[in-house]
Formats: sequence, structure tokens, C-alpha cells
Amino acid sequence: MASNSSKSSLRSPLAHARGLGSAKHGTEHWWGQRLTAIALVPLTVWFVFGVIGHLGADHAAFVAWMKSPFSAVMMILTAGVVFHHAHSGLQVVIEDYISAEWQKLAVLIAVKFVSFALAAACVLAVVKIFIGA
Amino acid sequence: MVEFNLPANSKVGVGKTINVANGAKRAKTFKIYRWSPDDGQNPRVDTYVVDLDKFGPMILDAIIYIKNQVDSTLTFRRSCREGICGSCAMNIDGTNTLACLKAIEDVKGDVAIYPLPHMPVVKDLVPDLKHIYAQLASIKPWLQSQSPAPSRERLQSPEDRAKLDGLYECILCFCCSTSCPSYWWNGDRYLGPSILLQAYRWIADSRDEMTGERLDNLEDPFRLYRCHTIMNCTKACPKGLNPAKAIAEIKKLMVARR
Repeated sequence: MASNSSKSSLRSPLAHARGLGSAKHGTEHWWGQRLTAIALVPLTVWFVFGVIGHLGADHAAFVAWMKSPFSAVMMILTAGVVFHHAHSGLQVVIEDYISAEWQKLAVLIAVKFVSFALAAACVLAVVKIFIGA
Repeated sequence: MVEFNLPANSKVGVGKTINVANGAKRAKTFKIYRWSPDDGQNPRVDTYVVDLDKFGPMILDAIIYIKNQVDSTLTFRRSCREGICGSCAMNIDGTNTLACLKAIEDVKGDVAIYPLPHMPVVKDLVPDLKHIYAQLASIKPWLQSQSPAPSRERLQSPEDRAKLDGLYECILCFCCSTSCPSYWWNGDRYLGPSILLQAYRWIADSRDEMTGERLDNLEDPFRLYRCHTIMNCTKACPKGLNPAKAIAEIKKLMVARR
């Protein structure tokens, strides 16, 4: 709403305010952001301590750590939750600040594809180490 | 697309200076945003130097004095002059508030007065509120029921009545909505703190029977979930209400009914 320029439209203000109606969703997205934020607290603590614990360790030591089922599961969870959380957070930022519909759509699609690709790559890396290929 | 020019009327120039203090001991300078739709000019800030002994203690007293005695072209809304009508909401000293409740002595230095931010301006300090009024109408701010109308009052326990405290006092001045960055960027679809507080006022009313439909109407990424708990609304409210809490209560109900 640019200042000083009341848009002259023949549509009534109420028609404009009601718009296309309620999308009847948004709660799952909001709740998902909170759940992933909570999940990231223990996951991030584990991740940070895990990495610190391997400062100066060689490749073999790190691979051995990743081969334990607990580490592998935690790493997959961390990757999945991180990219889910990052994706939903970025979506909110994009919806806030990009108002041109086609630009918004293009950036949302790009962020979604990149998030899924990075998460899949992380999971594949962990699985590869775990099964020792 | 990249815009290389600012939108029309974005550049605010320096206007005229009128000094009617005549060397008074308690002189104060008011710098007031002026824009008229009729002269095709950009907005400007006019400066008025006035004697504080000539009028009452509030900002509204000062601008009424300026309009009556100094410059009758100055345009603003006011009515009750005691903080219950919400007409004189404006941006004073960088904060949205009611001119009638803001004491001049609380402003250090010159007093800058602008219209409520990010609303279309009708003239000077008068914002165009038709969209936000339409948003208010869209949430149906009245009691709705399914059961037949009773032959007497609809009863409400004192405990249920207490749930409306902090909600019913809202006077719809829109200081909160126009202080909210989310409302600035997405006000065409986001309802904003004032309208969401009004929506919750009816959701929280034990006599209302359309709670589910009201929540349906709000469940939307833009109408409700543009609120990112920035809290400017609660900070701005000249009545000391907490719109951010009302919005949080709506979000809790959204999760509770899943």
C-alpha cells in the first residue's frame, strides 16, 4: 500500500479484504516449524559435541564413529530436520518480502528443490558410510 | 522489477516555518507532516513554534491550537479528546499513539508529528482507513449464534466475562496495526494485530456459537500467520492492551483443534 495513493477500484473495500477467502491451512506449517525447532535443540547439541569430539581425528576414526547405528541415525535425523526447518523458515521470509507472484513462486520452488536435494545428499552420504560401500 | 524511482509522494520536503511564540519562555517547536491531494505537490514538513502557555498539556491541545490560531489548513481527526474514540491516532515522536493521551512534556526537543505509517494519506495527518475497516467487517465483529434468540439476556458467568478483559477495551485506533512491519509489507492480506484482537474478542466470548467458523476464516498463511511475534503492536497500544497475546491465543486454538 503505497502512501498517498488510494487505489481507485470499483471493487468494494469488503470484496478486496475478503479476497479469495481463507486458505484453510497454515497451522501445520506453523506447528511444523515449532516441532523442528524443538527437535533441533538435542540434535544440534549432539552434532556440535560429535564434531568437537573428532577434532584432529583422522578419516578412519570419523568413519568408525559414523558406522555406529546411533551416530548414523542421529546424523540422518539432523540432516532431515535441519533442511525441513530451514526450508519452512525460508518460505516464511520469501512470503513476507517478495510480493510479485511469479518471483515468489520461482524462489519458493527453487528453495524447495535445493532443500530436498541437499537433504537427500546428506542422507546418502551417511548411508554410504554406514553400509561401508 | 527493480524500481529506480521512489513511489509518488515519497520525498518529503521542508515546508514553511511559522513562529508565533514571540520569544515566550516556554516555546516549543512542532514539525508536522503536510500533504494535500489538491495541489500536486510532494509532502512537506511545516514547522510551528508556539507558546506552551497558550493551551493545554497534550499534543492534541497543541495541534488544535495550531489549527484554530495559527494555520487553519492543518488537517487531522479528533473527537473525544480523552482516549476513548481513537480518532487522533498518529505518529508522534516516532511512536504511534493518541495525540490526546500523549503529554507534550514527554517529548524531548522538537515534536515530530506524522500520520500513521504505511497507510494511504487522505490529507495531512488523516490516513485512509477503508481497507482496515473492511478487514474488520470481514471477521464479523458481532455475536453470532445458532440457537434461537432467548427471551431475555444471554447469560455469561463472571469467569467467562473476565476472559474478555484486555480485549473489549480496544478502541480501534489502529496504532498497533500500523506499527507492525508484517502489516506494512502484507497489509492487503494479513489482518494485522488490531483486527486479530477483535477476532479473538469474539472467539473468546462464551456466548458466541460460531467459534469454529471464525477459526476457519482465520486459518490462512497470510490472514493469521504473517504474525511473527515482533511485538510492536503491544508496545504501541495506547490503551495498554496486548494484541500479540490475543494472536498467540488464536494460534493455540488452531493447534488445539487439529
